[in-house]
Amino acid sequence: MSVAVADLGRGVDAVSALSAERGRRARRIRRWKSVGAACIAVLLLVWTLVPIYNIVMVALESKGDVFTNTIWPDQPSLGSFWIVITEGYWYLEHFWEQFGNSLYIGVGTVFFTLAIGSLASFAIGRMRVRYGWVLSNAALLTYVIPASFLAIPFYRIMQIYGLTDNLWSVIAAEVTFATPYAMFIFHQYGVSIPIELDEAARIDGASPVQVYWKIYLPLMAPALVAVGTYALLLAWNEYLYQFLLLSSKESMSVPVALAQFFNSDEAPWNYMMATAIVYSIPPVAIYYVFRRRMAAGLTMGGVKG
Amino acid sequence: MSSVPSTPAFDLRAGEYPPGRRLQRSEIAWALAFLAPYLVVFAALVVYPVGYGLWLARDPGLYAELFADHRYLRTLVNTVLFVGIGVNLMMFAAVLLSGLFMRRDWWVRALLAVYLTCWAMPAVPAFSSFHWMLIGEEGLVNGLLRELLGVEGPIWFNNGWLALACNIAAYIWKWMPFWTVVFVAGRMAIPQEIYEAAAVDGATGPRRFLHVLFPLLANLYLVCTLLATLWTVGDFNTVYLVSIGAPARSSEVLATLGFHYAFDAAQPSLGIAATMSALPLLVPLTLVLMRRLQAGEVQL
Repeated sequence: MSVAVADLGRGVDAVSALSAERGRRARRIRRWKSVGAACIAVLLLVWTLVPIYNIVMVALESKGDVFTNTIWPDQPSLGSFWIVITEGYWYLEHFWEQFGNSLYIGVGTVFFTLAIGSLASFAIGRMRVRYGWVLSNAALLTYVIPASFLAIPFYRIMQIYGLTDNLWSVIAAEVTFATPYAMFIFHQYGVSIPIELDEAARIDGASPVQVYWKIYLPLMAPALVAVGTYALLLAWNEYLYQFLLLSSKESMSVPVALAQFFNSDEAPWNYMMATAIVYSIPPVAIYYVFRRRMAAGLTMGGVKG
Repeated sequence: MSSVPSTPAFDLRAGEYPPGRRLQRSEIAWALAFLAPYLVVFAALVVYPVGYGLWLARDPGLYAELFADHRYLRTLVNTVLFVGIGVNLMMFAAVLLSGLFMRRDWWVRALLAVYLTCWAMPAVPAFSSFHWMLIGEEGLVNGLLRELLGVEGPIWFNNGWLALACNIAAYIWKWMPFWTVVFVAGRMAIPQEIYEAAAVDGATGPRRFLHVLFPLLANLYLVCTLLATLWTVGDFNTVYLVSIGAPARSSEVLATLGFHYAFDAAQPSLGIAATMSALPLLVPLTLVLMRRLQAGEVQL
């Protein structure tokens, strides 16, 4: 740089030399930045992949005792996946039934979260029912109460309602905790849809149900997709309520069955991890399919600059 | 990104009807019918359990019993560390990493897709993997340490503090991607002109981060940190599946200890009291958060 500055007096040549030097410097900085970014990226990749690699490695072990002191399986085999698929171990004898239960809970949660959430948001945000904001705030309060803190009273109450060991009790719990978020997102998204649309439809004689069904829901489709995937992932992630509320092998969901492996010291961990992988496939697949929409939905609203 | 004027998200008071329009009687009936499902859910599954929980935990003697239990005191310390270190480390790393994901290179996009797998993966498989990865000498982590660095790793779950650190690492692994995406969206909402103007004024690199970006993201950062704090206080899965409270319940947090009291020790009231003892922390946080959200400055 100082060379270039000293040369400044010498006219046009020097100016071009200066800008060339600047360009070189900027390029050097950019290159160092790229190298730095690449280093961080490699670290992040390792951090992300090690636990995933661990699951795959254990699942590929051919023997039940995984601890062979190596960082890759001795004799990789897909045998444990076969055992899971064919329900060939006594912890897994109801695997597909349990997988079906998980799916049932997931679909039920999505449906009721979307239905209850969108109806309530429509009444509050579009029909602007008086004191609707009180209910919205109350819902937001639920959103921030940790679900695990309500587990004990919730369990007792489900006993009172006579719903223990019933999939509907879990669906009720998941819907309770997903709906506030749904209402929050619907409300945010709904503000961007002009209220004049509803009013025009009303003047043309549409009933509130028709406005809801034919105008509100179609326009809310992106928010519905985002919230639907959120609710599905919530149900798929959740363990505590499913564990508390589902006790028999036939009504259990997969996470509960998975955690059962911890009860025994002799359990075959390769089967457990193979089950874990099979259970992880649907949400990961859904994530890759809806990736763009979900990112938008998760951060819907983002920040206002 | 919403370009909505400052309509407070949840603050549509009675006075703010659109001009010249009031609900007619038939419409009010419909609106109530639309609200009814949520009202039922709210009354039966929120108000009732909360009230019932408070009623069960009403006896002051329970709290005396809690404070006499050394496991409870250790759990309090653990919870504060788990939340304090876990959330702050996670949020700070997430806001820095969001800068990486603003780059337009193809490999950065690919990395983001891989990175978000942590978040899409269900909690039980993910945390079980952490459990097996860290258990004893035979786990993958100690295997890697031995093969690559020739170091004998510690027995992670034999020491309460190490076990707590493992729980924090697992929690961050699972939830950092989510917050990173939130911050990426926050950064994208900042107009490019602001960066250009800052560059003209000579603010680049760390100075740009400190004086331009951080003030702009500060409110989002605060709201996200508050939310993450509330969620982390209530987190059950991490400790329950990663360290399982080992050794001898010295790495429990409030959520898992309450569960232990209620279901292993058959003292549900004590369990509820243990979780309710977090309310003095949760209520002020919630109030600050609701004020922030209602100000309409940040929309998550």
